[in-house]
Amino acid sequence: MAISKEQVRHVAKLARLSLTDEEVQMYTGQMNDILTFAEKLNELDTENVEPTSHVLDMANVLREDQNRPSLDRDQTLRNAPDKQDGMFRVPAVFEE
Amino acid sequence: MGNSFETVIGLEVHAELSTKSKIFCGCSTEFGGLPNTHTCPICLGHPGTLPVLNRQAVEFAMKAALALNCQIADVSKFDRKNYFYPDLPKAYQISQYDRPIGESGWIEIELNGEKKRIGITRVHLEEDAGKLNHLDDGNSSLVDYNRVGVPLIEIVSEPDMRSPEEGRAYLEKLKQILQYTGVSDVKMEEGSLRCDANISLRPVGTEAFGTKTEMKNLNSFRNVERALKYEEQRQAQVLAEGGTVIQQTMRWMENEERTKVMRSKEEAHDYRYFPEPDLVQLQIDLAWKESVQQSLPELPDARKKRYKKVFGLSDYDAGLLTATKKTADFYDEVVAAGANPKAAANWVSSEVLGYLNNQGKSLDETAITPESLAEMIQLIEKGTISNKIAKKVFKELMEKGGNPTSIVEEKGWVQISDEGKLKEIVLEVIQANPQSVADYKNGKDRALGFLVGQVMKATKGKANPKMVNELILKQMDG
Repeated sequence: MAISKEQVRHVAKLARLSLTDEEVQMYTGQMNDILTFAEKLNELDTENVEPTSHVLDMANVLREDQNRPSLDRDQTLRNAPDKQDGMFRVPAVFEE
Repeated sequence: MGNSFETVIGLEVHAELSTKSKIFCGCSTEFGGLPNTHTCPICLGHPGTLPVLNRQAVEFAMKAALALNCQIADVSKFDRKNYFYPDLPKAYQISQYDRPIGESGWIEIELNGEKKRIGITRVHLEEDAGKLNHLDDGNSSLVDYNRVGVPLIEIVSEPDMRSPEEGRAYLEKLKQILQYTGVSDVKMEEGSLRCDANISLRPVGTEAFGTKTEMKNLNSFRNVERALKYEEQRQAQVLAEGGTVIQQTMRWMENEERTKVMRSKEEAHDYRYFPEPDLVQLQIDLAWKESVQQSLPELPDARKKRYKKVFGLSDYDAGLLTATKKTADFYDEVVAAGANPKAAANWVSSEVLGYLNNQGKSLDETAITPESLAEMIQLIEKGTISNKIAKKVFKELMEKGGNPTSIVEEKGWVQISDEGKLKEIVLEVIQANPQSVADYKNGKDRALGFLVGQVMKATKGKANPKMVNELILKQMDG
């Protein structure tokens, strides 16, 4: 499984990252290394192993519908790089 | 719509569930709090926090899925839907991808007297996103995360609708069913019920679907229908001119009454779903399924059918009474308190609903109880009060409440059915109005109505109208 430069550019775009051509080159190499390494897992015979979506053998970890105190708004906004009127201020986005 | 194309519509509906706390944390789900006051490290997606699933949210989703005739999954799981947008603090939304809570359901709609089944593809659970407020300067948006993590169900229909009217009928029926189950307050104006629509056209007689467009921002039943009609016309024109419809996401511009392109397929999201490692599987056994099934109330169609069959009501009346669960519950209680079912149906569907409509009130904002209305209806049947007086009693019950029997006694509104007493008044009226008597004898039937009216006036509306009628006729004809 090989990752192309196009795929790296696509993933970068989805993550709202702008990459230089050099960076695209670098990440393509790094991501291919990572995937090649992970591909080692394919050497295992999983013929008789049930597919699973989770590593823990647990189910139905639930909580009751009860309210717990929320944070003070000052605390909520404390790490915000920018804020206004009790809200997080972010660069304009017009998509939705 | 011309007759060369057939319209195909599918709807995706999101409903906020009426839990007290959010789906993965204990923050309040209340609508309208000050911005960012219902947030905590979990719903803000701070590193190191873990979501824990709200049992009530799961049960509400199951309840909705069962009410929509879905199969409930034995094993269900959650997945991450990844997208970078400031309404999601984690940069992913916890949703369900390949193992939703419910699948393969249906509801029945009725349009112009014809019934049609619309398939439900799936019902899944997910968390809501935050709210963006775009500033006028065009440079920034302000984000309120109160709504992040409010539990939602997404209900996806099959592409079974063939007209904007069917789309609207489906949405109205869906809302009614959800409202009956009590899992959501289904208020489109507060955003607790939202609708996206997919629409495409294909040549009549063909099977393959045409290219569809998706419309967002449909925040009322009216807008859903209008937007679908607009898009149906637009696509028909494109196709009639030999063009091709482009797959894209549109936004309905309410004020301009048109759709506007938001993004095309090339820019479409690539959500890269993968299993949510922070949540373990959900296993739903038969006992759990059954206990939720038991908690379902009688649903609107079943109730309408019962009203027609057991109480002999007309389709129209049964429809009015079952439109909302509140009205239907009230009606059932009036009947249970001893009122004649048909009389009760008339009073509830015309007087009660009419009053509420006029005053812009809901039932619990009035003073009437099912028992008092039942008693009042019995007073009419026994002849203690006339229908006319009953309307006065009804107004008292709505505004001040109380016991109808005492009200009638206190106000001296008991109907006069004493023949001797009525005859006296009838004779007085006849003597005082010789012209009317002459008119009646000359064949002017309207004169009779006038004379009856005079007796009613003399008795302040308390005379038994039927007896007055008979007595006057007897005097004049006899």
